[in-house]
Amino acid sequence: MIGYLFLLILVAAIAGYVVNRQAARSQAFGSGARFHSLPGFHGAYALLLTGLPAFLFVLVWLTFEGPIVDAVVMASLPAEGVAGLDAGKLSLIEAEVKSIAAGNVFGEPEPWKFAAAEYYTSLRGTFRAALWISVLLVCGIGLYIARRRVAADFRARHRVEEITSWIMIACAGVAILVTAGIIASLIYESVRFFERVPVAEFLFGLNWEPQIPLREDQIAGAGAFGWLPVFLGTIVITVVALVVAVPIGLLSAIYLNEFASARVRSIGKPVLEILAGVPTVVYGFFAILVVAPAIRGAGAAAGIDVSPNTALAAGGVMGIMLIPFISSFADDALSAVPRSLRDGSLALGATRGETMTKVLFPAAIPGIVGGVLLAVSRAIGETMIVVMAAGLIATLTINPLDSVTTVTVQIVTLLIGDSEFDNPKTLAAFALGLMLFIVTLALNVLALRVVRKYRELYD
Amino acid sequence: MATATKIRAQGVDVFYGETQAIRNVSIDILANAVTAFIGPSGCGKSTFLRCLNRMNDTIDICRVKGEITLDGQDIHAREVDPVQLRARVGMVFQKPNPFPKSIYDNVAYGPRIHGLAATKADLDGIVEGSLRRAAIWNEVKDRLAEPGTGLSGGQQQRLCIARAIATAPEVLLMDEPCSALDPIATAQIEELIDELRESYSVVIVTHSMQQAARVSQKTAFFHLGSMLEYGDTAKVFTNPDHEKTQAYITGRFG
Repeated sequence: MIGYLFLLILVAAIAGYVVNRQAARSQAFGSGARFHSLPGFHGAYALLLTGLPAFLFVLVWLTFEGPIVDAVVMASLPAEGVAGLDAGKLSLIEAEVKSIAAGNVFGEPEPWKFAAAEYYTSLRGTFRAALWISVLLVCGIGLYIARRRVAADFRARHRVEEITSWIMIACAGVAILVTAGIIASLIYESVRFFERVPVAEFLFGLNWEPQIPLREDQIAGAGAFGWLPVFLGTIVITVVALVVAVPIGLLSAIYLNEFASARVRSIGKPVLEILAGVPTVVYGFFAILVVAPAIRGAGAAAGIDVSPNTALAAGGVMGIMLIPFISSFADDALSAVPRSLRDGSLALGATRGETMTKVLFPAAIPGIVGGVLLAVSRAIGETMIVVMAAGLIATLTINPLDSVTTVTVQIVTLLIGDSEFDNPKTLAAFALGLMLFIVTLALNVLALRVVRKYRELYD
Repeated sequence: MATATKIRAQGVDVFYGETQAIRNVSIDILANAVTAFIGPSGCGKSTFLRCLNRMNDTIDICRVKGEITLDGQDIHAREVDPVQLRARVGMVFQKPNPFPKSIYDNVAYGPRIHGLAATKADLDGIVEGSLRRAAIWNEVKDRLAEPGTGLSGGQQQRLCIARAIATAPEVLLMDEPCSALDPIATAQIEELIDELRESYSVVIVTHSMQQAARVSQKTAFFHLGSMLEYGDTAKVFTNPDHEKTQAYITGRFG
């Protein structure tokens, strides 16, 4: 139903475009007057004036229709049925009435519920009919106004540009509002967590044992919420990932950008980018089935005690995941260095290698650093690989052969299974999420600043 | 005027993929003289210039045929390393292209990669000498550590010339070195070219007839990938053999 309504608005808007453009055209040619705006802009003005208000009207209507109908129906219920009931019971009745209206009758409801359901259905029908008529009216008024304004000196182009810029502002605003909403919800839940656990304990505590009992009869730990071991685990895995990804990514970018023949480049670059398309779950399989046993085997052969879930396995595979990320950033940065610098160096008798290490690479450093810092953000936020391949126990260690856990892994395990959103165990996930957000945000800001600071160096 | 031949090209053809950019060009470029390449845009003068230090090797689809010799040695011979060739045949480009490094490091770049300086003092000497010869020393001597990209256009181009002469080349190729510069900077660079002639063989591509007449002893006129005329500058500009040369010089086409 609603789909047809939007279709109607679209058709009306297009009709408005055609009508107005035609009107502008015939007026312009008929009178010989010099029109300020081209007929197409008069058409676009009608399109916006017909479609946009109607579209916004429908959105506002739909937002308020449901609650109003519900309130009216609930108010109409007979007093003997709802007297003295609390909010929970009332909402149960409301749901029952709605399901009867939808044709799903369970058990034997009282007759007044059937009456309410009937009333609900008819009310909805009335509202919908009113909506259709109003939309037609809004479209018609918009078209009428636009059509009336077609004249030589009406600045349709300016008006269209103005409205378009407002549409763009609204779209940008949506992204910003969503971000703000996410941050607000994170902060809200984190504050609730910090009401139960002191901030200092969370930030500086060295123990992480969040599995406290949810019910009286559960046997579980006493609970400790120091995030440092978890964060240290994230850092260990990130460092391992970067140790793998940065050299391999940079060297492959340098090779593909400067030394590879056109044919090798045309094959190598897409193949490298396939790596970026592998789902992280698959990397996780690879980590637990191939890399972790291999590391264990190698450790056993060398006489070193290696735990089954090592930071090395998870971090190493995450590094492989980051290779295409770093290499494509570095490749772009190297390609952006002007050819004249490369020619200048070669013309001085520098070899390709000298040109790369002494001129191109230094000139590309800002872009490369930006890419590496973004890769760090991704490594810190990466979840799937570490959930599968890293451990669950938070140990305060920097030994990559030990089992460590990360912030993201802990968030996942805290929210899995029985959860109640009023106890520190679950709320801790939000506090961890907030810290993760702050750390990655800081890194992103740093990356942007580095890129900006050195960007114009070679222009 | 010295008359020894420095570079001899015989029957040079250049192809970009399927397109022929240079047709059968033969020319003797003299030592201690300035040779100007003139001709309308797209006539191949820059392409031919880039053959002389094998810069066209760096373009994948570009092929060069024919023989080019430097001091009698074939520059395409197997034993010739293009890297060493380019140290002997320096190049200055149309657009100033200083490296995003300090002024000092820009000039020291060539001597460092070719190991021309044994000590820091040697290197300082080379840098100072090059900057002096490029007539920019007085302007930059107090800010050698500042980035070369912060200089004005004319200063950047003189820095690039200093960078090119710091490797002590025998030939200096200049591809429209003044096209991005104002008349004052142009005059400074033309003066510089005249001085450089004492120690180098200079080849300059230019779109300015006056510049060619002012700075060069020999002039070659290129048209549609062929070299139509080559001779003493005085003769080419006053009494050209070819009517197209005359038309181009007098501004009737081009």
